[in-house]
Amino acid sequence: MRADMPHTSTQPLLVVQNLSVHVPAQGQLISLVENVSFTVGAQEIVGLVGESGSGKSVTAMALMGLLDSPGVRITGSARFKGQELVGMPPRLLRRLRGRDIAMIFQDPMTAFTPVYTIGWQIEEQIRAHTSLSRKQAQQRAITLLAEMGVPDPAQMAQRYPHQLSGGLRQRAMIAMALSCNPSLLIADEPTTALDVTVQAQILELVRGLRSSHGSSVLFITHDMGVVAQTCDSTLVLYSGRIAETGPTADLFAHPSHPYTAALLASIPPITGPRPAHLPTIASAPPTPHTRPVGCAFAPRCTYAHTPCTTSQPALVPISAQHAAACVLPTEGTPLPPRLGTVQTAQAHSAPHQTGTTPL
Amino acid sequence: MSTCAPTPPTAANATPPLLDVRGLYKTYALPRGQKLKAVDGISLSVTHGEVLGLVGESGCGKSTLGRCLLRLTDVSAGQILFNGQDITKLPERALRPLRPHMQMVFQDSYASLNPRRRITDLLAEPLRVHPTATGQKRSSSAITARLHELMERVGLPLSALERYPHEFSGGQRQRINIARALALSPKLIVADEPVSALDVSVQAQIINLFADLQAQLGLTYVFVAHDLAVIRQISTRVAVMYLGAIMELGQTDTVLHNPAHPYTLALTQAVPQPVIGAIRPPPLRGDIPSPVSRPAGCRFHTRCPIAQPLCRAEEPALRQISTHRAVACHFPLA
Repeated sequence: MRADMPHTSTQPLLVVQNLSVHVPAQGQLISLVENVSFTVGAQEIVGLVGESGSGKSVTAMALMGLLDSPGVRITGSARFKGQELVGMPPRLLRRLRGRDIAMIFQDPMTAFTPVYTIGWQIEEQIRAHTSLSRKQAQQRAITLLAEMGVPDPAQMAQRYPHQLSGGLRQRAMIAMALSCNPSLLIADEPTTALDVTVQAQILELVRGLRSSHGSSVLFITHDMGVVAQTCDSTLVLYSGRIAETGPTADLFAHPSHPYTAALLASIPPITGPRPAHLPTIASAPPTPHTRPVGCAFAPRCTYAHTPCTTSQPALVPISAQHAAACVLPTEGTPLPPRLGTVQTAQAHSAPHQTGTTPL
Repeated sequence: MSTCAPTPPTAANATPPLLDVRGLYKTYALPRGQKLKAVDGISLSVTHGEVLGLVGESGCGKSTLGRCLLRLTDVSAGQILFNGQDITKLPERALRPLRPHMQMVFQDSYASLNPRRRITDLLAEPLRVHPTATGQKRSSSAITARLHELMERVGLPLSALERYPHEFSGGQRQRINIARALALSPKLIVADEPVSALDVSVQAQIINLFADLQAQLGLTYVFVAHDLAVIRQISTRVAVMYLGAIMELGQTDTVLHNPAHPYTLALTQAVPQPVIGAIRPPPLRGDIPSPVSRPAGCRFHTRCPIAQPLCRAEEPALRQISTHRAVACHFPLA
């Protein structure tokens, strides 16, 4: 253990290098996550985006030491404030979880136990990690609920999870996660189960955690709209591998992996011309068993050619922090920038018209 | 403002609408004498060949309304006319000959397919149960031919017929559900959140399939979704619902680009867009009130940014503000 290593503000809070997760299935080891590397800086919100099965949640679970199924093999390195998380004994990891790294989940109904009040559950976490008295913990729980925008927090603390609406439950869960002032918050699809008008409020809350609590957030989502509205930098995962990574603004303005570009193009637009046909990506992502040799996206890629099917493309730099795992930039034929990245004033006036507008 | 393509008035006037709903209520009784008004006095009509989108947040009654339209749920009060015929109180036996004309596609593509039966059996069942238009039983060769045609329509290989539901991905399973809904050549398909469980890249394929089938076969859809972008892509007209009632009804482009109801405006602003530099403050505060104790007056006034004293006192009726547009607001924005 290197718990003694001091954490200075110059180095990122979390440095993940070549993280891989293998599980035994059908007599062989299959990889769910392959060589994923990224960093989370102080007060940074990093988006981990991908479709179901892309390995985004498995990555988070591996970091938190929550993968304990028999035979699971986690390799690589994840240094949090200088301490290595991969292979950390459960006893030490338990001390870290909840206090330094906290997690919020998609479904607050199942993350809370239904038999205790919201306030009791927040207090329990505070008392497990700090030396506050019951009274002080109670007070802190109410303060936290108030900070998360829960109306009438003293009353709400007395309620059971099923008595709260989805939005309030999610606020209560964020309050619980923040109860010990963690430096890193891992949010796994925190707004997916919420209605859009409530989602907008929770996203604003998450964006505000940086300044109000000094938190860094690893934000897991499948929604490119949520990423654009929330994350400073973004990691696009496809079939357990990084397809593209970079500052969110660069990645959205100039998606350099055909998967990122196609994913963005396939979202039905809410303003502007309505395409007669949405651009699509053919078929479905491979499972870890059927992942092809070479680029995992090649069978669905319109730009696929021989090099794509023979060897796995390396992550090549596009600009300072922007990189894509694709051969196109190295071959001198990078993808064109994405149009319509910045909302324009006339976007609201376009009538229904036909004709596809490729992005 | 965009001028929407008006629905051809001659066609609409000459033949009755395919679906005409008048003052529909669906109330569920809860313990302690409480009542949940899931559908609270809804009137609307759907003409032949149009796609009506029902959009709203959870608990707004969009799914209940969709199920009521096909009599999958009995209604508490009001009238449903299908092709001019009142089906509100029809007994099951009398409803059965109409079933081939009205079909449904559900959100959960796996739960809606019997896991122990092959696709060929699942798709052939409606063809075996229902006789042809002339009252004859279908021959097995006719059924096989129809199954092959259906597979081609929904873009699945013929080999899929011999397989079981678990062998397919979510998108493929939804194609199978669509094929089953199409089997008896229906006039109306009610689709309840058919793409919301799918990944984005697959979602686009299924939306395109719905659009293609509608154009090729002249189908009429009632398309239920919570995603405004999906509704905008597929529907010609849209009904925005809130706590059991319609807040705004009109041509999709007009309603979404130039909302008349503050709730519609808030919905359009709340959708996170995949573009940079468009971060807006949340348009609404608070959560949706429980449909069991819905606010008096305008049901939206507790969250409405422009609510006036009148809104707390009196419920606004859904009133026509232009030819193809109605809004339930005392102070419409457009």
